[in-house]
Amino acid sequence: MRVLYFAWLREKTGIGQEELCLPAGVDTPRALAGWLAGRGPGHAAAFADMALIRCAVDREFAALDAKLGGAAEVAFFPPVTGG
Amino acid sequence: MRRISVQEEDFDAGAELARLTGGGAGGVASFIGVVRGEADGRKLAALRLEHYPGMTEAALARLADAALARWALTGVIIIHRVGRLLPAQNIVLVATASAQRAAALAATAYLIDRLKTDAPFWKAEEFADGAVRWVSARPGDEAAAAAWRKDLPPGPDRL
Repeated sequence: MRVLYFAWLREKTGIGQEELCLPAGVDTPRALAGWLAGRGPGHAAAFADMALIRCAVDREFAALDAKLGGAAEVAFFPPVTGG
Repeated sequence: MRRISVQEEDFDAGAELARLTGGGAGGVASFIGVVRGEADGRKLAALRLEHYPGMTEAALARLADAALARWALTGVIIIHRVGRLLPAQNIVLVATASAQRAAALAATAYLIDRLKTDAPFWKAEEFADGAVRWVSARPGDEAAAAAWRKDLPPGPDRL
């Protein structure tokens, strides 16, 4: 699965995207975030406060507790601020 | 006429609005967002705009389609810039045309309100003293977008 980070999540993790094989049981964006937080201090800092984080699954906004199913791409980012 | 663009380069608002005349249009309404010169009383050097390539264009196209389905429009244009923008420079253009003014005015307000909550853009403020701060979402933006959803039946407009 491809995981993307935007805005300050990209800065804290230090990467824009990574390709990962998910362990069994990681079936929601929230569970994925919890697993990613264990990958290093940058990731831990990025996911320290889940109240600040939104996500998209296969390029559609999704709830953090949505089922990942066979998703190919998950993105994590803060609330959007365009316009 | 439906035109969506996410681009680094500036847009020519006059030329864009000219695309919307004709085709039964009786009026053209538009909104242009520009970079402020200050934030919270501090002088801004620039605004950095980031987006989610691929998802952004799809999200904007969906909003344009929802506006076209809701109002009798003859055209919709959404152009959003990304990259490093200086104070007073253009950020976004939303423009719509319709036979009568009411539809164009309402659709323009709808599009800019919804764009703020439903398209994956992020802004960082670069201050004159060198500090950089990611902009927080404003609760008022979500309320404005939600107001457009409230009185709608289920359909392509619901995200």
